[in-house]
Amino acid sequence: MTESFWLIPFIPGASAFVLAVFGRWLPKKWVSLQACLSVFASFVLSVVAWVGLLKVDRETLPLVKTLFTWIASGSFSANLSFQLDPLSCVMALVVTGVGFLIHVYSVGYMGHDKGYTRYFAYLNLFTFAMLILVMASNIVLMFVGWEGVGLCSYLLIGFWFEKHSAASAGKKAFIVNRIGDAAFILGIFFLIVHAGSGEFRVINEAVHGGHIGAGLVTLIAILLFIGATGKSAQIPLYVWLPDAMEGPTPVSALIHAATMVTAGVYMVSRMNVLYTLSGEAAQIVAVVGALTAVYAATMALTQNDIKRVLAYSTISQIGYMFIGCGVGAYAAGMFHLYTHAFFKSLLFLAAGSVMHALSGELDMRKMGGLRKYLPLTYPTFLIGAIAIAGVPFLSGFFSKDAILTQAFAQGRYFVWALGIMGAVLTAFYMFRLIFLTFHGEERIEPEAKRHLHESPRVMTVPLVVLAFFSVVAGYVGLPVVFGKKANLFNRFLEPVLDPAHEIHLSLGTEWTLILVSVAVAVCGIYVAYVFYLKSPQMPHNLVRRFPGVYKLLYNKYYVDEVYDAVFVSPTVKGSEAVYTRFDLRVIDGTIDGTAKATGLAGRVLSLFQSGLVKDYALAMLLGVVIFLGYLLF
Amino acid sequence: MIPVSYFFGLSLILFALGIIAFFIKRDLITMFMAVEVMLNAANLAFISLAKASGSLSGQVIVFFIITVAAAEAAIGLAIILLVFRQRKTIKTEEFRLMKG
Amino acid sequence: MNFPVLSVVTFLPLAGAILLVFLPAEKKNLLRYVAFAFALVTFAVSLALYFNFDATTPQPQFEEKSAWLGYGINYHLGLDGISLYLVLLTTFLLPIVLLSSWTYIEKRVKEYLVFMLLLETGIIGVFVSLNLFLFYVFWEAMLIPMYFLIGVWGGPRRIYATLKFVLMTMFGSLLMLVAIFVLYAYYYKATGIYSFNIFDHYQLILNPGVQAWLFLAFALAFAIKVPMFPFHTWLPDAHVEAPTAGSVILAAVLLKMGTYGFLRFALPLFPDATERFLPLLAVLSLVGIIYGGLMALIQKDVKSLVAYSSVSHMGLIMLAVFALNVEGVQGAIYQMINHGLSTGALFLIVGILYERAHTRLIKDFGGVSSQMPVFAAFFLVCVLSSVGLPGLNGFVGEVLCLFGVFRVSTLMAILAVTTVILAAAYLLWMYQRVMHGPVKNEKVRTFKDMNLREIAYLAPIVILMFWMGIYPETFLRKMDSSVVHLLNRVKNRQRVFVQEAGTAREKLAIVKRVETGTQESMAEGTAIKNAVMEEAVIAGHREEKKKELEAVDKERGGNPDD
Repeated sequence: MTESFWLIPFIPGASAFVLAVFGRWLPKKWVSLQACLSVFASFVLSVVAWVGLLKVDRETLPLVKTLFTWIASGSFSANLSFQLDPLSCVMALVVTGVGFLIHVYSVGYMGHDKGYTRYFAYLNLFTFAMLILVMASNIVLMFVGWEGVGLCSYLLIGFWFEKHSAASAGKKAFIVNRIGDAAFILGIFFLIVHAGSGEFRVINEAVHGGHIGAGLVTLIAILLFIGATGKSAQIPLYVWLPDAMEGPTPVSALIHAATMVTAGVYMVSRMNVLYTLSGEAAQIVAVVGALTAVYAATMALTQNDIKRVLAYSTISQIGYMFIGCGVGAYAAGMFHLYTHAFFKSLLFLAAGSVMHALSGELDMRKMGGLRKYLPLTYPTFLIGAIAIAGVPFLSGFFSKDAILTQAFAQGRYFVWALGIMGAVLTAFYMFRLIFLTFHGEERIEPEAKRHLHESPRVMTVPLVVLAFFSVVAGYVGLPVVFGKKANLFNRFLEPVLDPAHEIHLSLGTEWTLILVSVAVAVCGIYVAYVFYLKSPQMPHNLVRRFPGVYKLLYNKYYVDEVYDAVFVSPTVKGSEAVYTRFDLRVIDGTIDGTAKATGLAGRVLSLFQSGLVKDYALAMLLGVVIFLGYLLF
Repeated sequence: MIPVSYFFGLSLILFALGIIAFFIKRDLITMFMAVEVMLNAANLAFISLAKASGSLSGQVIVFFIITVAAAEAAIGLAIILLVFRQRKTIKTEEFRLMKG
Repeated sequence: MNFPVLSVVTFLPLAGAILLVFLPAEKKNLLRYVAFAFALVTFAVSLALYFNFDATTPQPQFEEKSAWLGYGINYHLGLDGISLYLVLLTTFLLPIVLLSSWTYIEKRVKEYLVFMLLLETGIIGVFVSLNLFLFYVFWEAMLIPMYFLIGVWGGPRRIYATLKFVLMTMFGSLLMLVAIFVLYAYYYKATGIYSFNIFDHYQLILNPGVQAWLFLAFALAFAIKVPMFPFHTWLPDAHVEAPTAGSVILAAVLLKMGTYGFLRFALPLFPDATERFLPLLAVLSLVGIIYGGLMALIQKDVKSLVAYSSVSHMGLIMLAVFALNVEGVQGAIYQMINHGLSTGALFLIVGILYERAHTRLIKDFGGVSSQMPVFAAFFLVCVLSSVGLPGLNGFVGEVLCLFGVFRVSTLMAILAVTTVILAAAYLLWMYQRVMHGPVKNEKVRTFKDMNLREIAYLAPIVILMFWMGIYPETFLRKMDSSVVHLLNRVKNRQRVFVQEAGTAREKLAIVKRVETGTQESMAEGTAIKNAVMEEAVIAGHREEKKKELEAVDKERGGNPDD
């Protein structure tokens, strides 16, 4: 059964095709069933593949299944081929597992939408593309998935395209991603030219064998990482993700939290040989990750839109994953990716449940005290928040700690300090969110209050399942203090992500670091408690004290405005100027001018045509005389 | 035997008269007649040379020209007649349709 | 195969056009069915070309040759891996455009159909002619129906647009005509044989100075046709004014005649000049890519937006051609087909919108998606194909083109890759403004979704887009040997003057001798050199033959160094 792993992407793919082409004739029940079951079938296959992998001899990894030659021309060739190894298996499990739960949740959440079938077609298509991305055995096919998920993200963000903001956000996401992709393509080209192939195995061998110069490795690694900053919303290309919250909430959970945005982390882990070899590139990855982690967290502090807070939180958490990759702890980065998928999709889905209850309200200023109305949503949301805040014994704690410990161990104290700072902020904004939404006084609009209700079971069951995993998922990756072999997750990934360069600290230091993390999380939660429950006037006082800082944060550092003023608007304005001044006036002017000059010359010459027959005769006579004269003399 | 040069002289005079008449006259009929005079001047030159050289080809050409001239006269006069019908005039200055 | 299948494909539309002339003009539907049937049969016959095409040989296939006017002017047709797909694209699109204008064209239906069929004959003729003279005849003949298609059935500024299009094209092609005759004269001098046969001319080795002038004349004609920056301004005008079917044919196949011209004529005929002007042309292509993209960004009319996007896409194709490697040229040919499909489809889509709204200004639309969901899906697929999304045809071509360029110059590839961003920006922005957002124009609410006829002609294109994106092997493998052969021809020939000549001093000597020598000795020298080198290329012993070449030089008493 393990050999049929290549079917994993195609089941949702086939389902997407059926829904897209024949969907309009299918009954709604059938649509829901087909969409969910197709992903579930992939999940089952992924589990089978995982079980198979545990038994398989490590030397034979990765298992590769080549379907056919896709593009081949000269020295460029790419196969349609899939591979199964621990890394792709983990990703496939996350994508199909979390994806399945979100599909189920969507049945309830999107139940009344008129684009129901279209929604599930897109969602299936996304699953298909994402699975191609993670299971591709060469970088060109990976790029197919990479672009495919970008397309689905575009389609799903702009799902409610009648809304201008949704359509714009979708387009923005696609174009910003494309900037990264342009660099990614160049990276692919460098790899194919210098490694001779896009197959990951060949690339790994070429890099290990030293066939690619060190400078080139750095260049390739950086180009690929630029692609990752687009897809995974890191500085400087993160700007699309907050806007992407225009899409339906389950989409935000699946695409913009659990899976697609983490594709960059997966890619860096997949190409880990490059980053291991190139210290500079790894340094860049770590620093960008750390900066993003803090930077995005600061923006999350002041947002009032519940989904935007979560979006900035996602950006920040992906920053952590990149810290992990950048300091060489790829397994830790992947571990955080894996736990994050549970608790962040949980948070999004719970937020969706809140929105559902409040008839689509997003503004936290119009919530509060919801705890008693949403008896299932509240605890699950709380679990998610605790997990992400880094409170011990929940999944987020283990994974974040693994990353920060490695950063510290590698001597990247600057990165580590930024990570700790981000952790305080994370705990703070998450509990700000909790307190503003579920505690305190009720600020709900009366109209919304009348419809206030807990979500149906089809939505709450996925919440509970995800909450369960948010708690327990971390126990497969226990830190060293629990024993050298405690980290099952890392051991599983060992064939792909070589742990050789991970440094282990003394137990005492490990414990100290863990305590620091815990203290930091508790501290953040306490401050949030003071600010938003104990003395709610305090944030207002702070805002009054530092209006500049607040405004800067509230307006997201004006980055959108700056990008618009520096890149977008000069391009458009410049093009317009070139069009009217150069294209129309100079080029077209030259052409029309040539035509006009020809016409003018004709008109001047036509003056000789008097129309009088005698003038012509005279001209003829003169001609004859001159001709004769020439002949005679 | 009158020398050929005499005929040539006459032909030249006729030709010059034709040209002068063509340019100083304003009505189409007279101009047309001037053209005919020039044609016949050419004919005269041909025939005299043919006689002098004893070749027949010159005479053949003259016949040819006379035939063509007859046809041309018929068509030309017809055109002039039509022009007159339409415009009620045959003064050349009145026609400048071909002016650029 | 004795059956003259190429002639049939070329002239079947002409036969249809003649038949139409004798049918009554009032029976519009009859005329339409007849024309459509002829286009369809032509396509069916052309499929035979594909299935019987032998991918293993670069030699022209289905060759037909018979004497025509004498003096080397022969009727000579043939097909290789480069022209195969262009012919198929033409025959594939013609039934589609006839369907697309089924109800749209009501005025002078008969003349319209006649011109469409004539156009098809002209275009196919260009792609299959192997005789320079015949090629030129088709090249010019194709202009006439296009002139009328824009001039009669076009928009308000159609006269200006059609004159601009025809005059600019003619301007270039007249210089090419002169160059063709100069080439002819050189060939006659070198061999004493009258020939317009393109394969004969491939053998001719001219001195680089002459090559330069001839190359420029050819290149100008083709560059206007492509169109390369800065000769592109006729394109937006022609597209905006042309009727939908005219725009489709113009974008999908007419522009390809320019790129095809470079591949078939300019590059292999004048390899040294190619090398000399390569930087200039590459830079112009590059400017075209970025410039076209930027201009497309700010167009207000959907059609001129797509027209400028063509400038950008064609720039990439040209750049890939000038990369002169297998990936680049194969990618360029593939991208020509892609561009034909995606841009053709986009024009069809604009036509569908125009039939409903009678406007093409972006600002008059908005929110069309909710009224026309099926249309929205088709539109999106075509936009994405043009953007180069993997899984669709555009990606395969684009990535090969860029890779080809990348192998030659990293810098150029970095600049060219901006097309990936720009194309997404202008097309998706346009798509958003037209299809998404709230309905602003009340008229949009009255739009009906696509009818069966419209689906019927867009569906084949979309299916092909997926096919070409997912399994390009079907198409790529048939062009392999032709492309390799073409490149060998260009590169080996370049070596005769540039590499084989060894040191710079020797190179200079050859050039000098040829330039200072009299016409006769030059022709003689060329002929000898030609013979020796051909043999050398075939035998693969270039070094030995080079020595022979030197010996010949000595025998002829010329010391290369003075």
